[in-house]
Amino acid sequence: MSEIKVTINGKEYTGKSGQSILEFAGVNGIEIPNLCHDPRLIPSGSCRLCLVEVEGQKGPVCACTFQINPGMVVKTETEEIRAIRKTVLELLFYEHRGVCTTCDENGDCKLQRYAYEYQLSDDIFQQPTGGERSENYTTGNKALEYDVDKCIRCGRCIRICEEVQADSALTFKSRAASVEVTTSFDIPLNDSTCELCGQCISSCPTGALYERAAKGKGQCKDLSRTRTTCPYCGVGCQIDLNINPKTEGIVRVTSEVGCIPNDGNLCVKGRFGLDFIDSDKRLTDPLIKRDGKFEKVTWEEAIKFVAERLNRIRSEFGADSIAGLSSAKCTNEDNYVFQKFIRACIGTNNVDHCARLCHASTVAGLARAFGSGAMTNSIDELKNAGCIFVIGSNTTEAHPVIGLYVKEAVMKNGAELVVADPRKIDLVRFAKLYIAQKPGTDVALINAMMNVIIDEDLHDKAFIEERTEDFEKLKPILKDFTPEKAEAITTVPAEKIRAAARMYAKAETASIIYSMGITQHTTGTENVLSLANLAMLTGNIGKASAGVNPLRGQNNVQGACDLGALPNVYPGYQSVEDAELQAKFESAWGQKLSAQKGLTVIEIMHAIEEDKIKALYIMGENPALSDPNLNRTRKALEKVDFLVSQEIFLSETAEYADVVLPTVCFAEKDGTFTNTERRVQRVRKAVAPPGQARSDWEIICEVATKMGYPMSYEDAEEIMDEIATVTPIYGGMSFERIDSVGLQWPCPDKEHPGTRFLHEGTFKRGKGKFHPVEFTAADELPDKKYPFVLSTGRQLYQFHTGTMTRKSAVINQVSPTGYVEIHTDDAAGLKIRDGENVEVITRRGKVTTPAKVTDNIEKGWLFMPFHFREAPANMLTNDALDPTAKIPEYKVCAAAVSKTRQPD
Amino acid sequence: MDLKEGSLSLEPLDNILASIPDAGDCDLIPILQKIQEAYGYLPPSVLAATSDRTGIAASRIYGVATFYEQFYLEPHGRHTIKCCRGTACHVKSGRDIIRAISRALGVQEGETTDDMRFTFETVACLGTCFLAPVMMVNDDYYGHLAPNKVKDILERYD
Ligand code: SF4
Ligand code: SF4
Ligand code: SF4
Ligand code: FES
Ligand code: FES
Repeated sequence: MSEIKVTINGKEYTGKSGQSILEFAGVNGIEIPNLCHDPRLIPSGSCRLCLVEVEGQKGPVCACTFQINPGMVVKTETEEIRAIRKTVLELLFYEHRGVCTTCDENGDCKLQRYAYEYQLSDDIFQQPTGGERSENYTTGNKALEYDVDKCIRCGRCIRICEEVQADSALTFKSRAASVEVTTSFDIPLNDSTCELCGQCISSCPTGALYERAAKGKGQCKDLSRTRTTCPYCGVGCQIDLNINPKTEGIVRVTSEVGCIPNDGNLCVKGRFGLDFIDSDKRLTDPLIKRDGKFEKVTWEEAIKFVAERLNRIRSEFGADSIAGLSSAKCTNEDNYVFQKFIRACIGTNNVDHCARLCHASTVAGLARAFGSGAMTNSIDELKNAGCIFVIGSNTTEAHPVIGLYVKEAVMKNGAELVVADPRKIDLVRFAKLYIAQKPGTDVALINAMMNVIIDEDLHDKAFIEERTEDFEKLKPILKDFTPEKAEAITTVPAEKIRAAARMYAKAETASIIYSMGITQHTTGTENVLSLANLAMLTGNIGKASAGVNPLRGQNNVQGACDLGALPNVYPGYQSVEDAELQAKFESAWGQKLSAQKGLTVIEIMHAIEEDKIKALYIMGENPALSDPNLNRTRKALEKVDFLVSQEIFLSETAEYADVVLPTVCFAEKDGTFTNTERRVQRVRKAVAPPGQARSDWEIICEVATKMGYPMSYEDAEEIMDEIATVTPIYGGMSFERIDSVGLQWPCPDKEHPGTRFLHEGTFKRGKGKFHPVEFTAADELPDKKYPFVLSTGRQLYQFHTGTMTRKSAVINQVSPTGYVEIHTDDAAGLKIRDGENVEVITRRGKVTTPAKVTDNIEKGWLFMPFHFREAPANMLTNDALDPTAKIPEYKVCAAAVSKTRQPD
Repeated sequence: MDLKEGSLSLEPLDNILASIPDAGDCDLIPILQKIQEAYGYLPPSVLAATSDRTGIAASRIYGVATFYEQFYLEPHGRHTIKCCRGTACHVKSGRDIIRAISRALGVQEGETTDDMRFTFETVACLGTCFLAPVMMVNDDYYGHLAPNKVKDILERYD
């Protein structure tokens, strides 16, 4: 892009070719009025309000569609232009009915602003028509409300739904004066292709589209906004909590166009899933269980009770009889303090968290291959990738906003998308090639792809030579792994495997995206190693828009790992078994530390059975619903001598606890989360906590102090400063530096700008290492008694155990309960009708849930989301572990399904 | 609106789509015209199936189908009557003509006769006020109408 000089209103500015006049003027602080423009959209030039004068052009031109060129002379505020704009506005008010005094958008409405600026007369405001016209596609919908009277037909809602969200749920219907926005055939919004992302609301320039629940709760002009980070998935969208200072309640959630990483876009959870914050089910007081019943106690009593019990257990059974589960939902500061408490105060390395259940295999696999177990690239690099290979990630549902970048790459930039997933997930719509591999056969698929790449000489010899080692060890394994051999294992036609291999290998830049479909297997680490092999083989690593990108599930699972909530490493992945590092932390924390690595999540549960773990301290996790083989987990929770749960709700797990300590949620505290692209971002306090609830790190500090290891911090910022001193990858982090935009680690010092993508020039471990991987089958395969393969996973509307999402009225409307997906033919064979209750049975348990009959799953396979306590998929899942990473095999187990016998 | 059920056969649709390989957004108008030819109107269940089969968004199809006057989303008669209810016609007792048509056909404004012979619509102004009161049948104008002429005129169409 070359530089261009353009004169606006008599002053010269420099811009880039390809910019529109509107964009260019905006960058230089000159505002041109506009209504149909949104930087996220292709300019449509339909409202005609942005007219400007360009020297040499006959009439006025639309600034939003007209591109700048060298020497251009633009006038934006001539009398003539202003007169035309005024007429345009007056015409709009023939369509717009309604008055600002009662409109929620008051204060944030462009139409209102321009009406004032252009001094339209008062009688231009018409009374709303009401009556029949108020029935529309949003009638009865709990998320959105469309008010046709306030609609100016700019089409932004329709365009953003099509161009950005790629859902095309909306359209204009009819013509002339009766034009209005609607869904296809006017069906209710929730029956359409809508995903309730609310992008349409975010783009609407008037009050025509609004969050239904926010109506009447405070006008925009009176709301204050606090920028913070979404508490759900690892994308780490920046959200603005809009607070009404009078009621101190959160009225709506918005996001600023242009913000990183989500550019003003959100998904249904971030925009509509925050009702839980002021739910009346929040815990407000510390509770101690006496005679099987919880009793409210004071903080003093609770802390004393916990400290004394823990001290007693430690002196009787030793420090290793105590374990802690930290939390991927909590802040970096909470996690740091928690693991420090377990290591320095209790004196054991028995600390882990739910990353064990999602990406332990990533951390283990990528660390071996590259030296660092995180997403190699940045989210926004995806949109420029030549090829994207999505395997075992239902991106649009589990990481919706990253899904938008993938769609953009395909729709706008022509990327080739290859999707490999046992289910026909939504991304398949955009894929050039779709592969439905049998669950648990990924290694076979990837090995065969590499076989093709070598066979057809598509590998990057220079890269392999310069940057990697052990390529020689890889070759023999691949030699006989032909696509035909893989076809027999994966059921994917050999030709498709060849096509996928070519597409991936031939692209200039190819990005791999993967998630739980790869990691949650007994072969999880091997699956990850295979992907690392594939990337190194083609030189697709260490550069922009390429790489190996595990999408992290929780808002702060990256941070919890980074800050050492793992049994084998201190903060910053520094090994507890390394004497030098141990000494470093001993001096930093002023305490002797254990040199022995601790137990992992599932091992802790099993150690309880063996009487080796006597006390378990859980911060913000819900293993009673999230762990595999729940019957076994729940028995362990019942058995353990002393269980502490720090929670925002009385979760399934908290119910087993001896002591429950009420904590504040993300909206009530300061701190940081680290998103999946290693970006450390601020979490800011926006509202007051309920009752006596306190922040996690404060509670931990008090318990530690009471136990005899004094811990105290002024605020979260002080904790981050301590983190920076002991954690090299966070060395340059500070609240000040990440205030407006986060910073991506590694960021070793205060001058370092952060790292967009990893392994440039050299790998963290020096050379990238190939690991030959043989295919091994899943732990439990279908047989006569259990003929189906059952997989579990997430769904767009819910998050994990539903503790938070299921408090949202909007979400309950679209996703009221669980289900099991079954193929149409299998259902027919078993005489199961759509929506009918069925029993799903495995060797570990039985669950009754409605059947969802679909063609989006292959024959012989079943799928269940795991969010629902009334249909807990994890009663069924297998707790067999990956030997290296100790991650359980959530994605494959053998199951039977049958109609529920109805009692007559 | 029931978009899934419906006793309508999708065979005509399949034939239409077979004649337009790789149909995309730009083929939409010809596709809709052919569907209307085959079914007499644009049945929503057939449009929904069109979206499934071609990948053209259902919302887009609906938008186009409601934008053009030539398309009908409800069963439509072989002939279309458009009777004017504009100001000029109203002054010249246009109301009586509307009533006469209703009586002759046994249907109200906006409805179609059971034998699918006529669909009866009224419009704001036909742009030929000098002929008031006016009605149109298909492309033919009938001006300076009187209620007793209506029946004869309609009998010319079968
Ligand atoms: S909420 Fe999202 S998917 Fe639904 S209509 Fe609006 S933009 Fe489209
Ligand atoms: S609802 Fe809003 S965004 Fe959509 S057309 Fe109307 S004014 Fe524009
Ligand atoms: S994509 Fe993830 S981070 Fe963004 S709003 Fe949705 S749940 Fe929150
Ligand atoms: S903003 Fe340019 S025409 Fe609407
Ligand atoms: S009013 Fe009837 S034709 Fe104009």
